[in-house]
Amino acid sequence: MTFTLAVVTAGLSDPSSTRLLADRLTGAVTAQLRSAGHDVLVEVVELRPLAHALADNMLTGFPSGPLSETVSTVTRADALVAVTPIFSASYSGLFKSFFDVLDPSALDGKPTLIAATAGTARHSLALEHAVRPLFSYLHAVVVPTAVFAATEDFADRRFAERVERAAGELAALLAPRSAAPAPRPTVDPFEEITPFEQLLNGR
Amino acid sequence: MQFGIFTVGDVTTDPTTGRTPTEQERIKATVAIAKKAEEVGLDVFATGEHHNPPFIASAPTTTLAYIAAQTSRIILSTATTLITTTDPVLIAENYAKLQHLSDGRVDLMMGRGNTGPVYPWFGKDIREGIPLAIENYHLLHRLWREEVVDWEGKFRTPLQGFTSTPRPLDGVPPFVWHGSIRSPEIAEQAAYYGDGFFSNHIFWPASHTARMVSLYRRRFEHYGHGSADQAIVGLGGQVFMRRNSQDAVREFRPYFDNAPVYGHGPSLEEFMQQTPLTVGSPQQVIERTLGFREYVGDYQRQLFLMDHAGLPLKTVLEQLDLLGSEVVPVLRKELAALKPAHVPDAPDHASLVAAAGGPTDSTATGSSPSSPSENS
Repeated sequence: MTFTLAVVTAGLSDPSSTRLLADRLTGAVTAQLRSAGHDVLVEVVELRPLAHALADNMLTGFPSGPLSETVSTVTRADALVAVTPIFSASYSGLFKSFFDVLDPSALDGKPTLIAATAGTARHSLALEHAVRPLFSYLHAVVVPTAVFAATEDFADRRFAERVERAAGELAALLAPRSAAPAPRPTVDPFEEITPFEQLLNGR
Repeated sequence: MQFGIFTVGDVTTDPTTGRTPTEQERIKATVAIAKKAEEVGLDVFATGEHHNPPFIASAPTTTLAYIAAQTSRIILSTATTLITTTDPVLIAENYAKLQHLSDGRVDLMMGRGNTGPVYPWFGKDIREGIPLAIENYHLLHRLWREEVVDWEGKFRTPLQGFTSTPRPLDGVPPFVWHGSIRSPEIAEQAAYYGDGFFSNHIFWPASHTARMVSLYRRRFEHYGHGSADQAIVGLGGQVFMRRNSQDAVREFRPYFDNAPVYGHGPSLEEFMQQTPLTVGSPQQVIERTLGFREYVGDYQRQLFLMDHAGLPLKTVLEQLDLLGSEVVPVLRKELAALKPAHVPDAPDHASLVAAAGGPTDSTATGSSPSSPSENS
């Protein structure tokens, strides 16, 4: 079975530690799924080049060109890795903007791994009190282990263990699907029409 | 093919002068624009309806009746009539009255309204927008077609033995369009009744308009009103013209950059690429507009937004001169040549009366509840 993994990263510099963390997680998830006999197609979404398009979308109400494709990529993916820098005790505005313009049902039931970077470990619980509630609201299925990386963590063995554990949790959410592969239900409102008699509801 | 203009009735500061028109200036300008639309040969003038600042678009039938008294040919319509927050009984009465006063020069476009706080001012809830549009229109549809109505629904006081007066002119209700930017339920509603479907078109990409219209056409056929290509489709459009396209871009840019809705977002060039907005020469407007039928099929009504974002009246009137003298005559000719014979024109009062087998005096006297003038 081939799984599509969307990786959304809101790092601002190049190279960014947020992208570095996203790559570590992607590598770990991919390795675990491949070792279980699956193929993985990775779609990395850098939000920085989409910053203008995101602001435009907020003002016009529709996603333009590449943003439209990105929204569709993330909506269709089998699983999501979402990584943000922590700014002012929460996710960055750029990161939130992307999830603000998605359809509210885009992440329904989607296995999701959340992760964040920051300058010091004092920001680590922002994952639990800000990022996790965002994805709970959007009805994503967020794995129990959220991965936080302050600068010093990139050299820490226990950090590598957390990456492996989180990746294992995401792979485990995806893998049972391979036993009974069910295509993700894609509800297209232009194809799945509610007949008018039903809308009238006996009036 | 009908050509016309629609206005949202916004009171917006002219960004090039910093001047904001008074409400009376904007109201009178709306009337001047409508009269000019008839003078330059357009077919339709449509006004929006809003119940909050910075708009002067409340009381639409007052405006339309005033315009009707000073014009003789142009069809008066709405863009849109708020079917969610307006009592369908009042809509039935007001627009039937307007039909009589204007000798049948009336149709309507139903819309939901997207301003949350307006709903509770009228005792409604925006989260019920679709059910309100469905129930209220169903009642309105009956009020115009059945002389005596018994009715009970979720959103309004029940009616027993109610007759909406005046009855529709010649026994024929005004034609109705349903407008929606993004809700497939509204395209489905238009298809169910065999009414027209109007796609706003100006705020979203063409690909989206194409999907909405395609759904409406498919379901129009499903409900047995004709083949999909005979469904009655209208489109919005937004243009600004000068003979020299660079002059048009230079003059319109400050209005675009500061416009309500999309201002301060994408650049003029990006928005022209992403949506049907055309800023340029009359020839460019002709070419772009001729392209619309390639993704919605042969359609019946094209309305342009010409008077928003603080454009001064003088400029709007100049735009209408260009539209009426250089653009619409060419579009009429080209589109008529392309339209297959089995694709109908937009219904108007005369064609609806003819389809009903001639006019019926539907005057309600109150003495004969099962009058033969009822038609369904």
